[in-house]
Amino acid sequence: MTDHSAHAAHGDEHLAAHDDHHNDPASIAKELKVYWLVFGGLAVLTGITVGLCYGFDLPVHTAIIVALIVALLKGFLVAGFFMHLLNEKKLIFSILGITVFFFAVLLWGPWHHVYSLMK
Amino acid sequence: MEIPYNVAPRPDTGLYNAKLGIWLFLASEVMLFGALFSSLILLRSGAPSWPRGWEELNVPLATINTFVLIFSSVAVVMAWANFRLGQFSKGRIWLGVTLLCAAGFMVIKGFEYAHKFHLHHYPSTSNFFAIYFVMTGLHGLHVLGGVVVFGYFAGPGSKMYFSERQRFINRIEVAGLYWHFVDLVWIFLFPTLYLL
Repeated sequence: MTDHSAHAAHGDEHLAAHDDHHNDPASIAKELKVYWLVFGGLAVLTGITVGLCYGFDLPVHTAIIVALIVALLKGFLVAGFFMHLLNEKKLIFSILGITVFFFAVLLWGPWHHVYSLMK
Repeated sequence: MEIPYNVAPRPDTGLYNAKLGIWLFLASEVMLFGALFSSLILLRSGAPSWPRGWEELNVPLATINTFVLIFSSVAVVMAWANFRLGQFSKGRIWLGVTLLCAAGFMVIKGFEYAHKFHLHHYPSTSNFFAIYFVMTGLHGLHVLGGVVVFGYFAGPGSKMYFSERQRFINRIEVAGLYWHFVDLVWIFLFPTLYLL
């Protein structure tokens, strides 16, 4: 067996073990419970945002802070559980790290503009 | 020629290629929508006056749409889980639920747009409506893209389940990641445009 084929065979064994665990009915049943809980959480958080920002007619600055915090929480639930980011490989976090950096650069301009207007 | 690593993870990345590909694509999508959010902040902060979203837009309809899209995200993970459990019919039904939710979202959006046009509110009316139509329109195009992909997987593409099961399951996972991103964008669009 060459090094390459040995490596591939090892990879296949690893994949099979991974799939056995990944497609195990008991662990999938647990996942399903989590998905419905996350759905409940997202629904409640949506109700909170709408209730506070629309129902209570909060002042703009307060509404922005409340809406942003709730949206970030909802984003965490979707990305963390539905997109499985809580159990993802390092490479994906590296990609997301670069993305967050450039996203921050993109938003820095307008925030700087807002800040200079407020001064 | 066989495409490598569409089922087995690459030893160096630990991921099958489609999964790495979709995350790179989503990274580019973050920048696309990020540029629009950036524009919205600039336009709003530079404007002498800017309407509160709920003064111009229909919050109850958008709230229903938020619930529809959140439920569609659950439907996708339910489909993926059922395919992994070997329950093909149930998985397909959940894909159908996802498609129904997507169609429902577009119909509600259509009502919203029709009402705006009835009131002669167009992208050219004001910066508020320009950014509203651009952002929700682009998001709507993404929803339509998801409909095409899930329609294929629920229809003719589902044959793959019986020939290359794990590859089909991976396809559903990758399409699901895209769909959750579309949901994620709406989670930020909804309060930004409608509630603030």
